[in-house]
Amino acid sequence: MTTTAAVRPDESGSLTTSELAAVRADFPLLERTVRGGRPLVYLDSAATSQKPQVVLDTEVDFYEERNAAVHRGAHQLAEEATEAFEQARAAVAAFVGADEGEIVWQPGATAAINVVAYAFSNATLGRGGEAAAPFRLAPGDEIVVTEAEHHANLVPWQELCARTGAVLRWIPVGDDGRLDLTDLGTIVTERTKVLAFGHVSNVTGAIAPVETLVAAARRVGALTVLDACQSVPNLPVSFHELGVDFAAFSGHKMLGPTGVGALYGRRELLEAMPPTLTGGSMVEVVTMESTTYAPPPQRFEAGTQMVAQAVGMGCAAQYLGELGMEGVLRHEQELAAEMLKIADIPGVRVIGPLDTADRLAVVSFVVDGVHAHDVGQVLDDKGIAVRVGHHCAQPLHRRFGVAATARASASVYTTVEEVAAFREALAGVRAFFGAE
Amino acid sequence: MSTLEQMYQQVILDHAKHPVGRGLVDAPADEGHLAGESHQVNPTCGDEVTLRVDVTPEGAVAGVSWEGQGCSISQASVSVMTSLVQGVPLSEVERLDGLFHDLMSSRGKGLDDDDAEDALGDATAFTGVSQYPARIKCALLGWAALKDSLARSGALATS
Ligand SMILES: Cc1ncc(COP(=O)(O)O)c(C=O)c1O
Repeated sequence: MTTTAAVRPDESGSLTTSELAAVRADFPLLERTVRGGRPLVYLDSAATSQKPQVVLDTEVDFYEERNAAVHRGAHQLAEEATEAFEQARAAVAAFVGADEGEIVWQPGATAAINVVAYAFSNATLGRGGEAAAPFRLAPGDEIVVTEAEHHANLVPWQELCARTGAVLRWIPVGDDGRLDLTDLGTIVTERTKVLAFGHVSNVTGAIAPVETLVAAARRVGALTVLDACQSVPNLPVSFHELGVDFAAFSGHKMLGPTGVGALYGRRELLEAMPPTLTGGSMVEVVTMESTTYAPPPQRFEAGTQMVAQAVGMGCAAQYLGELGMEGVLRHEQELAAEMLKIADIPGVRVIGPLDTADRLAVVSFVVDGVHAHDVGQVLDDKGIAVRVGHHCAQPLHRRFGVAATARASASVYTTVEEVAAFREALAGVRAFFGAE
Repeated sequence: MSTLEQMYQQVILDHAKHPVGRGLVDAPADEGHLAGESHQVNPTCGDEVTLRVDVTPEGAVAGVSWEGQGCSISQASVSVMTSLVQGVPLSEVERLDGLFHDLMSSRGKGLDDDDAEDALGDATAFTGVSQYPARIKCALLGWAALKDSLARSGALATS
């Protein structure tokens, strides 16, 4: 194994300048220029993060030295591949406060959430037997999401409702971009079977009150599903401490490769849950008539897995772990404060909380008189990469009466100077379009 | 001129600010006229246009009206197209549509054909847009709505 970063944030605060420089040196892509030689200012890490050299090397190293099918074959390579694969699982589990057996490899968060949603419909059809009772839905049952969800944590639940006759309800978002919990008691009720919500909004950057929501779900015996895509890369997360039943996150947003992510499930629940994808590698005994299934996590890992990417994701978890997530969080908060200064630019309106409490450095905004796409284009001309559009959260955009926003988002390698360059470029946008 | 300025030509900025044909008009019930409407969306950025076309009995565009929201490129492109096709026979509209698509695939080079560029008029201002793959579909949104509304009007079958 190649070594991971040696830099650590100091005990008291965020990453120091020299530490940040060392982190940046780990990311080869950050050195490139764009649009005619301009230094790249990458402020689109919420969409996908860049990858440190050590993650790239680990993936290549797997292919060069260890590539073989895992969990089968009696040869040495198969042993080594399996070991790398399972060590990566252990690294990811340790990073998110879970046991190894509670981490299921998935192609990404979207796939992970769908696995849980389909488990509910399969259980409702009688699959999984008595053990699967917690996943069975009956007419009148309700599934609760929030108005802030990424489509990945909304559409699978809409579809589950359409398949089973369950009813979808949602917690609204207030004008400040945070969840409005005023009516929580009448939204999450005895009828609620699932409460699915995002830990951190990929649009507003707001951190959800997980404790309150988990308590509300527990009170009525509903299962919780946490979309942890935006939290796992940027703040210390322990699923055991949060007390959620399921969680989903993607490797590519946490400095790891694309094509891999994970589903966390509480052990008892994974043991009781019927599979979604079926086929090879997830079975115990197969006859022509029927099949018994392997225990979790293998039960939910049908077919040949994305082994090299999983190994890369394990490395990314280790890299972040060694960097220290407390420091990463402080770095995020510092950048969030710098980003929020755009609210002082005439004509700029931030969608989401304006205070730095309980939020990360994900800031979506509109510019009066200039469409988000045009804003993004002018920033791009200065080498500044932001995302434009609805960021896979159309209902949230509708809530704020906008079709599209531009979004700046940070990661461990983002600097205050980059955010300053972004603010300066943004200040010139309205003039470029002659907006009064 | 920077590539950004090549994309945001003054013509485009002007049309985006003062669009032609914006505001849906009820199709007139004039005898022999055919009318069609189309709604097109660009799901990646949320650009939208609803466009109505009115076709004369002789098979020419009597009028185009539309409503939409989106970036300056998509809105200016519908506006420029609206002025361009006014009174034009459908066969010529089809040719213009083809030329505009060619322009959008030219990667910033233009059509290298004076007749074609003359025919496209202000629409040649979108040449710079063709250097930005992500923006080409913005420029084509209105053209897609026109084509679809003509198909829906039934005018293409009869012309
Ligand atoms: C909050 C949130 N949830 C879910 C997803 C979906 O993740 P993926 O596309 O990696 O499956 C994303 C990323 O786009 C996200 O930001």
